[in-house]
Amino acid sequence: MGRAWKYGDDINTDVLYPGRYLDSYESSYLAAHALEDLDPDFAKNVKEGDVIVGGKYFGCGSSREQAASALKYCGVKAVIAKSFARIYYRNAINMGIPPIETPDVDKINDGDEIELDMENGIIHNRTTGEDIPFNPLPPFIMEIINDGGLVPHLKKKLGTD
Amino acid sequence: MSTIAEKILSRAVGHSVSADDIISARVDRAMSHDNAALVWKNFKSLGVDKVWDSEKIVIPIDHRVPANNIKAAEGQKTIREMVKLQRIKYFYGINTGICHQIMPEKGHVRPGWLIVGTDSHTTTYGAFGAFSTGIGATEMAGVWATGELWLRVPNTIKINVSGVLPKGVYPKDVILHIIGDISAEGANYRAVEFYGDTMENMSISGRMTVSNMSMEMGAKAAIIPPDKKTFDWLRPRVDGEVEGVYADADAVYEREIEYDVSALEPQVARPHTVDNVSPVSDVAGKHLDQVFIGSCTNGRTEDFEVVARILEGKKIHPDVRLIVGPASYEVYLESIEKGYIQTMIKAGAVIINPGCGPCLGAHEGIMASGERGLSTTNRNFRGRMGSPESELFLASPATAAASAITGEITDPRGWL
Repeated sequence: MGRAWKYGDDINTDVLYPGRYLDSYESSYLAAHALEDLDPDFAKNVKEGDVIVGGKYFGCGSSREQAASALKYCGVKAVIAKSFARIYYRNAINMGIPPIETPDVDKINDGDEIELDMENGIIHNRTTGEDIPFNPLPPFIMEIINDGGLVPHLKKKLGTD
Repeated sequence: MSTIAEKILSRAVGHSVSADDIISARVDRAMSHDNAALVWKNFKSLGVDKVWDSEKIVIPIDHRVPANNIKAAEGQKTIREMVKLQRIKYFYGINTGICHQIMPEKGHVRPGWLIVGTDSHTTTYGAFGAFSTGIGATEMAGVWATGELWLRVPNTIKINVSGVLPKGVYPKDVILHIIGDISAEGANYRAVEFYGDTMENMSISGRMTVSNMSMEMGAKAAIIPPDKKTFDWLRPRVDGEVEGVYADADAVYEREIEYDVSALEPQVARPHTVDNVSPVSDVAGKHLDQVFIGSCTNGRTEDFEVVARILEGKKIHPDVRLIVGPASYEVYLESIEKGYIQTMIKAGAVIINPGCGPCLGAHEGIMASGERGLSTTNRNFRGRMGSPESELFLASPATAAASAITGEITDPRGWL
């Protein structure tokens, strides 16, 4: 279970992770600057297990994977949005963060406690008591996510783990 | 009954595929720029010793060149070591140019190829009839290990553009107009194919601007069917014969859209989204602090020809900083030979080395809070070119040049 951090439509990769911090790939550096231009308090207060909630076209813009990995290093466990930009959707999966699509993001408020049932496709909003259904991700994508992302998934497949 | 995307991906997988199929495709070229350091870090963690093909990986360093701080320098050092260790054949150091310009310049783009790159504007090579698309650094590590990548075969939107472009209106205005119309999300997950007499008459440079900016409507690939112009441009740069891949007459498109650009005005994207488009005349007169002309979108010789024509014998406004960045050293040298660079310098421009610097707010032209800029680049998200409290407008090189002279957003049609 985690807290929902709710934002609006078209949350782009420049506010998810500003270009000026693309000079290093260190996880603590990435975590420290996540969402800095959108919500300067986020990185300080986010906790392991929290989820991000956005509107339409979440993650539009650059292919920078740091826009997804910065969230992972902050402890974010899922991103819920009305729709995702193509590259961000792939990057989130590859980082092991499930991108969950639902038209009903309005049923989640900032600060709500959220629990996810990935297998059955249900977002339990523990604050409002409401259950929000979504289409479960296809099995081959869930396999990548359950393995912890593309790197551990490929290691398993290549037999190098 | 296949689109160009379906045909290229069918070849890449070895059997016939169509829209919505999920495939594991073999890639023809894999491009990574400064983020090759991150790809390498992920690749090493895979436990694989050698890359799948050291002659199909292309690595240009372009985002922070020369390195602007110690962190970036460390990353670039790592890349150089990796290139030697893995014997990567096509490495381009800080004296070559922006990845999307040098990929075709150096012969790494062909019609019908599947090209992936760890940069969203990899769609640029669609201007040469390739299926090229941006991917993340971790999945690129998978490509380096296996040569393959999973993809969903996209549906395709067919866009017909017709009409002769009026004086002062350029390919940048065409693509801004289209993005404004179909929205930033309008082509998300889709391939786009461009047709029509406007596209046929458009130069290779202009087509690159269109395919490059198509990313800003979400396009996965932005393909312009190759013609004689394409083949003439490519032939001296690639080995052997070049052949195009074309759609079948009965190809199935998700949607067809028509644009008549014969009465189009110069366009501008207003802060802070690329699809917030209006005619320049709607925002003319807004004061500017900085103008940037360059990038993979509009930093080519043809762009500088227009800029030099407007700036010839004039001085830029004393309150404006004009920064110009050629897309590559080939462009740079050609623009010096033709006198464009001298004209720009005499008018008051600062010429920076070929690279991506200002476009992503990395270095060489960062804006302060409260400042307003106009740029020929491809994105104007909040904080893109510096302070989150700055504003950025996107426009053609002609609009940028005219605006640098007046110090305010200016319709270029009175300056040509």
